Amino acid sequence: MVSSILPLRVEAAEVKRRGTRLIGPIDLTLGKTGVTIVLGPNGSGKTTLLRLMQGLERPAHGSLVWSIPEAEVRTKLAFVFQTPTMMRRSVTDSIAYALTVAGTKRAEARKRAREIAEQVGLGHALDRSAGVLSGGEKQKLALARALIRQPEILFLDEPCANLDGRATREIEIILTDAKSRDTRIVMSTHDLGQAARLADEIVFMLNGCVHETGPAERFFSTPETPEAHAFLNGQIVE
Amino acid sequence: MNEIVEGLVEAARLIVVLDPELVEITLRSLQVTITAVVIAAAIGLPLGAWLAVNRFRSRRLVIALLNALMGLPPVVVGLIVYVILSRAGPLGVLGLLFTPTAMIIAQVIIVTPLIASIAHQAIRDLWSEYHDLLISLNTTKRQRVATLLWDARRALLTACLAGFGRGIGEVGAIMIVGGNIDNATRVLTTAIALETGKGNFALALGLGFVLIALAIAVNLLIHSLSRTESSATW
Repeated sequence: MVSSILPLRVEAAEVKRRGTRLIGPIDLTLGKTGVTIVLGPNGSGKTTLLRLMQGLERPAHGSLVWSIPEAEVRTKLAFVFQTPTMMRRSVTDSIAYALTVAGTKRAEARKRAREIAEQVGLGHALDRSAGVLSGGEKQKLALARALIRQPEILFLDEPCANLDGRATREIEIILTDAKSRDTRIVMSTHDLGQAARLADEIVFMLNGCVHETGPAERFFSTPETPEAHAFLNGQIVE
Repeated sequence: MNEIVEGLVEAARLIVVLDPELVEITLRSLQVTITAVVIAAAIGLPLGAWLAVNRFRSRRLVIALLNALMGLPPVVVGLIVYVILSRAGPLGVLGLLFTPTAMIIAQVIIVTPLIASIAHQAIRDLWSEYHDLLISLNTTKRQRVATLLWDARRALLTACLAGFGRGIGEVGAIMIVGGNIDNATRVLTTAIALETGKGNFALALGLGFVLIALAIAVNLLIHSLSRTESSATW
């Protein structure tokens, strides 16, 4: 049996850049299942929190405690960025890249890349250059590249920020499908409607700290803090 | 003005009749420069990529030095290689002086910093774009360098072509280490220098136009083979 990397405990973690605190101290526990949505105004630290958990940022203070050694954790994480990086390759090769760098033979990686590209709706663009895709297609490619390694946790940083309603719905279908395959999803968004549709748990951030956490249903119906209440009512929160 | 026209006519004549001497020195020019560029690319491209993805204490100094070496005076390079390869020099025993190999060595020294520096610039830009993706995919340093070299291949091709341009037109170093020996080390640039010295301006200009045409032809050929300007592909 493969051991799970979860739960993750973030213990008094702080991220600093050139001596300036970006986020923290943060205490947070990420459970084994479900979808966690990170909410908060611009600059509240949502992206930095995701990058910290993914390992793209190192804590200046505090720590991240996984249930298995950290060296083994990295291969079980995947990240989808707000602006997806498009490699100078075809759609198939861009997706297959995630497998080939993990040691899969190129032919096998390309075969699986074509399969997952079909699943996310990129079957018509397999040989097209990744750079010429539309915004929604680029985000689907980034999702396919993340999902092909069957990560235990998928981090997404506002994946639908620049997409229209149709593309957003298609991304949400892919995420719901990933969730049904036991992929743990942690995602930041500004879209409260999307948060309500997808979330099992909400992490509400303000000024670089976790201000409130809890089950999504409770958060949306009876937020505990006045700031969360104001945020849900569309007021400016600082 | 007359001399330029005469030069063009002479160039056309040399090409039309496929002058055996022209063919010989042209092929030698290509052999020396292409070999030098291949060796310089094998050194310069990974070096440029390595400098782009690694952080170490004297990195800025190394990059500044590399950029400065782009302007290495070929005559000085020729002189140093001459001293090293001369009979009394440390590598004199190899007997390489006044051979095409010595000319290749000199050109490698001249071209490598140029290729490495342009490669470093191109790969540094790509690395800033790919950084988070490659880190999040848990790639090794070797994989990152290989990925950046492959995905920056168009810019790196330009670096190699710049190196080819510098090499094919170079005269100072190869004149010193090659000696401009007929049927042995004479190339287009040294032949031009020789004919100019003899006052055969039309022939010198003719050879010059052949050299320019050759450089353009090689660039066009490489671009067409690599399809660098096709829009929907990388």
